[in-house]
Amino acid sequence: MAQRQTTDVPGRREAVDRFTSDSRRRALKARRLRRGGLALTLVVPAALAYVLFVVRPIFLTIQYSFYDWDGVTPATWVGADNYAALLRNPELSGSILNAFELIIFFSFVPVALGLFTANTIRGFATSRLAVVARTVLFLPQIIPLVAAGIMWSWQLATNGLVNQVLRLIGLDGVARAWLGDFDTALPAVGVIGAWVLFGLCMLLLLAGMTKIDPALYEAARIDGAGPFREFFSITLPSLRQEVVVCVTVTVIAALASFDIVYIATQGGPGNSTLVPGLEIYYLAFFQREVGQASALAVALMVLVLAVVLPLQWINREGDS
Amino acid sequence: MGALTVMTACSSPGGTAPDADETAPSSAATNADGAPTCGTEPVTLKGYFETGFPLATDLTEEFTAQYPNVTFDIREDQFAVLTQNAPRVLADDPPDLMRLPQVSELAEDGLLLNLDPYAESFGWDAWPASQLEQMRVDDEGRRGDGPLYAMGLNFSMTGVFYNKDLAAQIGMTTPPATLAELDSYLQAAKDAGLTPIAQFNGGATGGFAFPLQGLMASYGDPAEINSWIYQQPDSTIDTPANLEAAEHLASWVDAGYFAEDVNSMDYSTMMSRFIGGESVFIFNGDWESGNLDTQMPGNVGFFLVPPVEEGGAVGAMSAPLTFGISAYAENPDCAAFFLDWVATNEEARTIAVEIGGSHPMGPADAFMPEVDADTVTAQTLEAGALIGEQDGAMDFIANATGSIYAKSWTPNLQKLFAGEQDPAGLLSSVQADYDAEIGG
Repeated sequence: MAQRQTTDVPGRREAVDRFTSDSRRRALKARRLRRGGLALTLVVPAALAYVLFVVRPIFLTIQYSFYDWDGVTPATWVGADNYAALLRNPELSGSILNAFELIIFFSFVPVALGLFTANTIRGFATSRLAVVARTVLFLPQIIPLVAAGIMWSWQLATNGLVNQVLRLIGLDGVARAWLGDFDTALPAVGVIGAWVLFGLCMLLLLAGMTKIDPALYEAARIDGAGPFREFFSITLPSLRQEVVVCVTVTVIAALASFDIVYIATQGGPGNSTLVPGLEIYYLAFFQREVGQASALAVALMVLVLAVVLPLQWINREGDS
Repeated sequence: MGALTVMTACSSPGGTAPDADETAPSSAATNADGAPTCGTEPVTLKGYFETGFPLATDLTEEFTAQYPNVTFDIREDQFAVLTQNAPRVLADDPPDLMRLPQVSELAEDGLLLNLDPYAESFGWDAWPASQLEQMRVDDEGRRGDGPLYAMGLNFSMTGVFYNKDLAAQIGMTTPPATLAELDSYLQAAKDAGLTPIAQFNGGATGGFAFPLQGLMASYGDPAEINSWIYQQPDSTIDTPANLEAAEHLASWVDAGYFAEDVNSMDYSTMMSRFIGGESVFIFNGDWESGNLDTQMPGNVGFFLVPPVEEGGAVGAMSAPLTFGISAYAENPDCAAFFLDWVATNEEARTIAVEIGGSHPMGPADAFMPEVDADTVTAQTLEAGALIGEQDGAMDFIANATGSIYAKSWTPNLQKLFAGEQDPAGLLSSVQADYDAEIGG
């Protein structure tokens, strides 16, 4: 209406135009603000919970890590002593090394096996067998870790299934208490983790494969590519994002492992399977060294970030 | 929210501990001797007990039957949970009676009631001193001397259990009188194709500490081991006698007397193997006596780790089943009366033996219930009396410091079995960890 009134007076028209565009902009801004206000209101409960239960504990943990504290009586400030102990004490640094060794089993093995299996299943994707295979292989993922740990510690016991099978095929000499042997305890724990995480990786990778354009495969086949060439030139590059997700999730699972180790070996024999998660628990709740436990927890968090952030960066780099 | 985070971040963690009430018994209800009682008014005692051990609960039921004005409000947890919660519970939700883990830190933090006034008025100080020694803590947190901070419901004792049927197969009809004789039976068991010893030593539970400490008592003086456990100045575990003991244990490992998988064996696996007849011997404590009498009636024997030479001194790990009263408890007098009743009442002492399987606390000449001579309970009680006579009772070497068991004994004993640690190295590394912990 304002515009129609001003059609015959150019000077005013500009002014009014400016006025109307100003008001429109203001209205838009107000609407955006209103909408933003609504969005903020919706975010507040979650943000509050996040700050209360994630951010605050992280800051408290960092604070505690500079104290010598038993959790009850007044604490004493010790500066960076707790962090120095991480380097000095072979038991603490050993637990971190063990966690890195677990990455091989928790991360590399499931991702490699997952790629292989997913690629195989893709070959008969439409048949019923694929559904069965997918379900069976994913099952370990829905079993509680504690149950998986108990089941595997039975299977790995002296008279467990693993040793029975070994004896059946004449390998009596190899049979042993897998979780009680210094050389095999950590790998045995790793196998449990690999078994649990394999299904997850396989499912993620399989899902990634379904979005690859079948025309690519047809073109490759016309060009004379065999299954290996297809896998390395088409499947693997297309799955980069899924692989990065798998590696991220499983590396975190390895570095922050607790449940499986706690159930299967409790860190024994002779600290050979001690991991940071377990050591934090022992320090905080048995030795009541909350400060030392917090320092190890902070170090573990930094380590996880140091491993995982570059992975994310690689992922984003590849996208752009 | 930010302000809250900042505020909590500014103050150092752990407030100042509230002042404990004066600890002298001051209740109006006392008996003719002036010792406190539970009175006649209705009282509810708050208890915090250990799951899976019915003794404490059975005693409270009998107590309520005899003193109907007293009822109990009992909460139970696993021992590990109890250990973790102890300081917090004693301060924030103070129980009148609580099953206690190692007492020295709790006493040092002022969380436990000093029971000395009760000991005096009830006459506990007239009992054999060794019964209460482990529960005394001095003002530097060392045990063995100082005010009394806890009381036992009974005291347990360790030694060797054996399967009588299997023992007969290897020609053992009476317990060995010397270590050499025990060695020969272990060898005979191995030659017969039996597993001589199934001993838990897996995970975080180094059960090899049981045979090791038994051997230490045979080679050396239990009093020296106690002063090490009580953190007395200049004490060391790395002594020639203890080295002999550790070497003897290592010789059993080398000879293959232990089950192959001890480093992955937990306590319950050991028990099920022994009960299932898959092991001739186990090193364990009399808390299993009642259970074994039920599971394998008439087929279990018990002996103390034998001396080096016949008739020599014997020793055993022996520890009271410790219960304490919070420094902030509402009914400390009645709780103390209950603890005294457990040690002196005939019904209570019968329950302590029949349900607990261990020797009751109290004067040496106090009432003892009749026990069938064929049971292993009778044998453990008899061995307990012998230990009392010879003053051979020791606390458990695992109790010397808060983390010496999980962080030092267990990994080192597991290494000893795997051949990754030698006896001398075992003792010196445990001593190093001990020094690091109590020095720092």
